[in-house]
Amino acid sequence: MTGLNNLTLKEALEGITNGEFSGRDVVVDCLAAISQRDSKVRAYLSSVSLDEINSIEPRSDSVLKDLPLALKDNILTKDFKTTASSSVLKDYKPQYNATIAEKLIRAGAFLLGKTNMDAWAHGSSTETSDFGPTLNPWDLTRLPGGSSGGSAAAVAADLCLAAVGTETAGSIRQPAGWCGVVGFKPSYGRVSRYGIVAMASSTDSPGPITKTVWDAAFLLSILAGHDVYDATSLPDEVPDYTARLNDSVGGLKIGVPKEYFEGVENGVSQKVMEAVKQLETLGCLVKEISLLDPKYSIAVYTIIQRSEVSSNLARYDGIRYGEGREAFGPEAKRRIMLGTYALSAGYYDAYYKTAEKVRTLIINDFNRAFSEVDLIAGPVSPTIALPVGVSRGQSMFGEMADVLVEPSSIAGLAGISVPCGFSEGMPVGLDLIGPKLSEELVLRVAYHYEQSTEWHKERPNG
Amino acid sequence: MTEISKEEVKHIADLAKLPLSDEETGKLAVELSDTISHINILSKLNLKIKNLSETSQISGLRDIFREDVIDSKRILPQKEALSNCKNTHGGYFVVKRILG
Repeated sequence: MTGLNNLTLKEALEGITNGEFSGRDVVVDCLAAISQRDSKVRAYLSSVSLDEINSIEPRSDSVLKDLPLALKDNILTKDFKTTASSSVLKDYKPQYNATIAEKLIRAGAFLLGKTNMDAWAHGSSTETSDFGPTLNPWDLTRLPGGSSGGSAAAVAADLCLAAVGTETAGSIRQPAGWCGVVGFKPSYGRVSRYGIVAMASSTDSPGPITKTVWDAAFLLSILAGHDVYDATSLPDEVPDYTARLNDSVGGLKIGVPKEYFEGVENGVSQKVMEAVKQLETLGCLVKEISLLDPKYSIAVYTIIQRSEVSSNLARYDGIRYGEGREAFGPEAKRRIMLGTYALSAGYYDAYYKTAEKVRTLIINDFNRAFSEVDLIAGPVSPTIALPVGVSRGQSMFGEMADVLVEPSSIAGLAGISVPCGFSEGMPVGLDLIGPKLSEELVLRVAYHYEQSTEWHKERPNG
Repeated sequence: MTEISKEEVKHIADLAKLPLSDEETGKLAVELSDTISHINILSKLNLKIKNLSETSQISGLRDIFREDVIDSKRILPQKEALSNCKNTHGGYFVVKRILG
């Protein structure tokens, strides 16, 4: 059988259960697709070889039945090179697995390889990778977004069945939007951060990037949960997120913040408003709301993220592992420098403390909005995927590209990017944002929307 | 607009232990000044945040403790602990001399 790499997780699980093929067959087709097409897309930094797969015992009775997944390269995988796309870690082979890698392996996933990203996840283009950019499978002259650009591109180009990324402010949803796939950012603390190369510890949230909403719900059920190794992980029970996808969405109130459409490309606004209309057709009640101008979130995020980066990257001294600090790329250096400045004597109050107060303001603003509506809908990104080269030398590129997803990340909310059409031939993403721990609700509305449209069936290779 | 001088950049680089070339120092002075002029927008919210407290973490959790016992699953044998180190000696990490 060929072309099994084109399947969704759900289709593949059904096929295996019906005895039509094995998980190993799907792995073989994914590896064939990688060797045929990844020289153009460059989604992977490393992948397993055909020889290696034969040495692994098949586990067809497991939850994931040997199905092949791709992991962003900031997720530690034991004895398998993990670089976070940085020259500093170019030869680093972790001695342990991240909790989420361990969970996926235990559930029977076959880890196909590690995907490219902005170095240290610093960016929204995958162009700051020290190993070269990933390209958008829909148009190889454009960027896939980032920082989980390799994961999103691998899913869009059918070079895996699904992938895992991490989001600090947009890094799952924005590349998913630009590549026309589903990206789910869980509430902060819902998925463990243990064993993930830390970026901004107070907002880092790992999550699934998939071909469909059902697949995202299925993977999230495996990834989520309390972890004794991550003190910020939430103790709340993890439901089977696929169980209630079909429940009614009738009467749910969807808020559309007018501030999230300012400065957004016409083609993008139009598609997102059509999606909002579609939600109305499905029985949701749509209401215009007002939120704090997202431009303030750019400033808050810049200060908090740079500060946490300067602290997290202080551990890379090149003594116990990795290269020395001279090996940091220009973007990492910029961020370490600004963070060090913001936290230094005399500036702490003016920058860090102020940003943390505005963070409270943003959280209060969302709480107020969620007293009026159940979910918030808007565009994921103000633009479609931008051309290769556009981020170079722009110290605020990522922040500008992620302006519409930064507020919800700063507040630790759940959010999803779902394909909602095309503008100039490129995918557009609809962002649905829910309160903290509203994973089920966000997924359910996204699922109803997706099932009532055909957008998720479109693939870049026709 | 807040201007950051090359001297300030050198001072911050020293705090961050980042070796910078002259060219990088000059470039960073411009880029940091540019970013700071963006983030100064927050001063417009001074009145709104006057009575707000700071949010440093959003998990909603507090006082997370664990038993003070050794977790053998998280201990690396010496060989493994040194496996990524380029410069070892007799089972130790080699570091630069810091005294005399």
